[in-house]
Amino acid sequence: MKQTIVMATAFAALTAGMALAKTDLTIGLQLEPPHLDPTSAAAGAIDQVLYSNVFEGLTRFGPDGSVNPGLAESWDISEDGMTYTFTLRAGVTFHDGTALDASDVVFSLDRARAEESTNAQKALFGSIAMVEAVDDTTVKVTLEAPQGSFLFNMAWGDAVIVAPESIEDIKANPVGTGAFKFVEWKQGDSITLMRNDAYWGDAPALTEATFKFISEPTAAFAAMMAQDIDAFYSYPAPENLTQFEADPRFTVLAGSTEGETILAINNKATPFENKMVRQAVTHAIDRQAIIDGAMFGYGTPIGTHFAPHNPDYVDLLGNSQYDPDKAKALLAEAGYPDGFTTTLKLPPPSYARRGGEIIAAQLRAVGIETEISNLEWAQWLEEVFRGYDFGLTIVSHTEPADIGIYANPTYYFQYENPAFQQLISDLSTENDPAARSEKLKEAQTIISEDYVNGYLFQLALTTVVNSKLNGIWENAPTQAVDLTGVSWSE
Amino acid sequence: MGIYVVKRLGSLLISLIVASLVIFFALEVVPGDPASFMLGLNAQPDTVAALRAELGLNEPLPQRYASWISGMAVGDFGTSYTYRTPVEGMFADRLVISLPLALYALSLTVLIAFPVGIWAATKRGSLTDVTVMGATQLGIAIPNFWFGVLIVIAFAINLQWFAAGGFPGWDEGFFPAMKALTLPAVALALPQASILARVMRSSLLDTLGEDYIRTARAKGLTRRQALWRHALRNALIPVLTIIGLQFSFLLAGGIIIEKVFFLPGLGSLILQSISQRDLIVVKSAVMILVFAVIFVNFLVDLAYAWVDPRLRRGR
Repeated sequence: MKQTIVMATAFAALTAGMALAKTDLTIGLQLEPPHLDPTSAAAGAIDQVLYSNVFEGLTRFGPDGSVNPGLAESWDISEDGMTYTFTLRAGVTFHDGTALDASDVVFSLDRARAEESTNAQKALFGSIAMVEAVDDTTVKVTLEAPQGSFLFNMAWGDAVIVAPESIEDIKANPVGTGAFKFVEWKQGDSITLMRNDAYWGDAPALTEATFKFISEPTAAFAAMMAQDIDAFYSYPAPENLTQFEADPRFTVLAGSTEGETILAINNKATPFENKMVRQAVTHAIDRQAIIDGAMFGYGTPIGTHFAPHNPDYVDLLGNSQYDPDKAKALLAEAGYPDGFTTTLKLPPPSYARRGGEIIAAQLRAVGIETEISNLEWAQWLEEVFRGYDFGLTIVSHTEPADIGIYANPTYYFQYENPAFQQLISDLSTENDPAARSEKLKEAQTIISEDYVNGYLFQLALTTVVNSKLNGIWENAPTQAVDLTGVSWSE
Repeated sequence: MGIYVVKRLGSLLISLIVASLVIFFALEVVPGDPASFMLGLNAQPDTVAALRAELGLNEPLPQRYASWISGMAVGDFGTSYTYRTPVEGMFADRLVISLPLALYALSLTVLIAFPVGIWAATKRGSLTDVTVMGATQLGIAIPNFWFGVLIVIAFAINLQWFAAGGFPGWDEGFFPAMKALTLPAVALALPQASILARVMRSSLLDTLGEDYIRTARAKGLTRRQALWRHALRNALIPVLTIIGLQFSFLLAGGIIIEKVFFLPGLGSLILQSISQRDLIVVKSAVMILVFAVIFVNFLVDLAYAWVDPRLRRGR
C-alpha cells in the first residue's frame, strides 16, 4: 500500500513536471516549402516556417497587420518623403555568430532589386534609388519618388535581412537573426527549429518547434485526432471543424487572411468587354451560398478587392447584390437575352473547385453556360495568368494590400482604366495618412462600380490547436506562423 | 544459360534507351513553367526570365537531353529546379522509405498469399475454399487508401498503438522505423495478397490437372506429395510474374498510401514535382522507376529460367 502511494506520488510529480516542462511544439502545414530562401520564391510555405521565426526584416508585421519596428529600432523620414534613415538595433547577431550591421542591410536590399534578382516581389523595392550604410548601425535609403507604403513593404517576408556570408547556402541552410535557429529539414516530412539563446529580443517560451508537412486532408484529420501534432495551421478540411469544436481537447481559431477570393473576369474577352455583362455576372452570384456550400460557412463577403478588416475598407456589397432577375435584364439589355457560353477555369484549391460548381449553377440560372475545366497551378499560370485564355476563373489573391494590380493593364484580368492607373500612381507617392485613406477608398469604389471582377469573399484562416496552446496568430496579415509568442499553459 | 542472360541484358539496354527518349521529350511538351510557378502572381517578367536563365531552361533541347543522359550514366541526375539540391540526394532520401516499404509490403503479401493460395487449392471446392476465395475477392475490391484510413482510425486514433502517419527516420532505430511502416505496409499488402493468393490457387489447380501429375499419382504418390514435389514448382511461373509486377507497383504505386500516411516516399516526390513542373526530378524519377521495372523483369526472366529449364536453351 505504502509503496503504491509512493509510486503514485512519484508518477504525479513526474507528470506534473512533464506538463510544466512542455516547451516543444509540432505544428502541421499542408504545403512544404520548395526551399528555404524567402527572398527568391513566392511560396507561402517558406514564410509560414521562417517569417519572424528565423528571418527578420527592418520592420515586421504584428498579429493585427500593423507595421512595427523589427531589426530597425527607429527611423527618420525626410520632409520630402524621399529619404528613410533607419537606426538598427545594437548587438544583433546572425545564427552563425556574425554581427548584423548596416552593410548586411545594404547587401539584402541591393540583392533584392538587382537586375538578376529572383525576388518574387521585386516591385516592393522598385522605388529604391540608393541604399547606403552611414555607419555600422545606420542605413540611409533614398527613393526615386516618395512611397507611402515603403515601411509596409519592408515588413514583407521577401524583404528580410540576409547575410552575404551565408547567402550561398541559404536555400538549404537559412541563417537569420530571429528567435529560432534552423536545425534540420527532413525533405517531404518536417523542418525543425530550435530556440536561439542569443536572440536580441524577448526569449520565446518554446525551445523547439517542428513543422510537419501533411498534404492530405484525411491524414491531417487523423494526425490531429491522434494528437501526433499540436496544431494545424490553415486546416485544409473545413468539413471536420465542427467535430474539433465539439472536442474539448481542441480549439478552432477562425481568423481572416489577406486573400480576396474573386471570380476573375477576362475584361478583354467577348462578351465581358461589355460592362453590363460583367455586372450581370456579379448579380447572378449568391455569395452566402458559396461561403456556406464551399467553405462550410467560413469567409466574409466582399464587394471589392480589399480586406474587410482593413480600416480603409468600404462596404460596397450593395453594388453587386444577388439579384438573378436584374442579371437577366442586364444580359438582355447587353444583347444576350438567351445568355451565352464561356469557360470557367479552376485552379486546385478547394475554394475554387467547390466554389466553381456552385457558381456554375448560379450562372446557369440566369442563362450563362460555363464549361468547367480543372487545372493544375502550372497549367493555370500558363493558360490563364499568362495566356489570357479564359472567360472566368476563381482565385484568391493572398498578397496584402494588392489593389494596385488593377493598375496593370497586362495583369491577367486585363482591366484598363487610365483614371484608376493615375489614382494608384498618386497613391504610391502620397504620405499623408488621411489622403491615402481617401484614395484607397476611391480605388475600391472604382473597381467595384466598373464590375471588373466578381468579388466573392475574404478567405478565412481556420487553425486547429490543442486547447492548452496559447499565442498562435488567429489572423494572417502575412503568411506567417509567428512562434515568438507561443506557449503552453499548465 | 549464358546466351540467354546476354540476350536479356541486350533487350534491357535497348528498353532503357527508348524509355529515356520517350520520357524526356514527352515531358518537354507538358505545358507549364517551373520559374513562373515558383515566383507566383506578383512576379515581374524580368524576374521570371532571370530565374529561367539561372535554371538553365533556355538551352536548346538536344543539348539538355545530352547533358541529362550523360550525367545520369555517371550517377549525376542534375539539380532540382525548385529544391535546388542534387536530384540523386533527394532520391536517396526517398528510396530509404519507399524501398523498405515495398519490400515489407511484398513480404507480407507473399507470407499471406502462399499459404492461403496453396491451402485453398488443396481444399478445392470445399467450404473453406469458397470462404477464402470470397475473402480475397473482398480484398481486391476494397480500395487500399480506404482500408488505410480505416486502420488509421482503428489503430492510431482509437487504440493509439501507432502514430497516424509520418516517418521518424532510420536514425531513430530499426524498430521505430519499421513500426511507422507497418500500417502502410499492411494497407498496401492486403489487395496484393488477395490477388496473389488467387493466382497461386488457380495456377496450382492448372498444374494439378497436367499429365505429369497424373503420372506421378499413378506412380503411387499421394495428392499431397505430388503437389509439393511436382506441381508447386511449375505453378510458380505465373506467380513470379505477378510478384515482379507487384514489386514495381509497390515501389511507385504507393502514392495514395504515402499520402494517407504522409510518408515522404518516392511517389509523393514525383506527384509534387509534377505539380511544381520540376521536370528534371520527374524525368529522373520516372527513369529510375523504368529501370527498376526493367531490372525486376530481368530478374523474373532469370527466375523463369531457373524454374523452367526449357527457357535456358533460348527456345
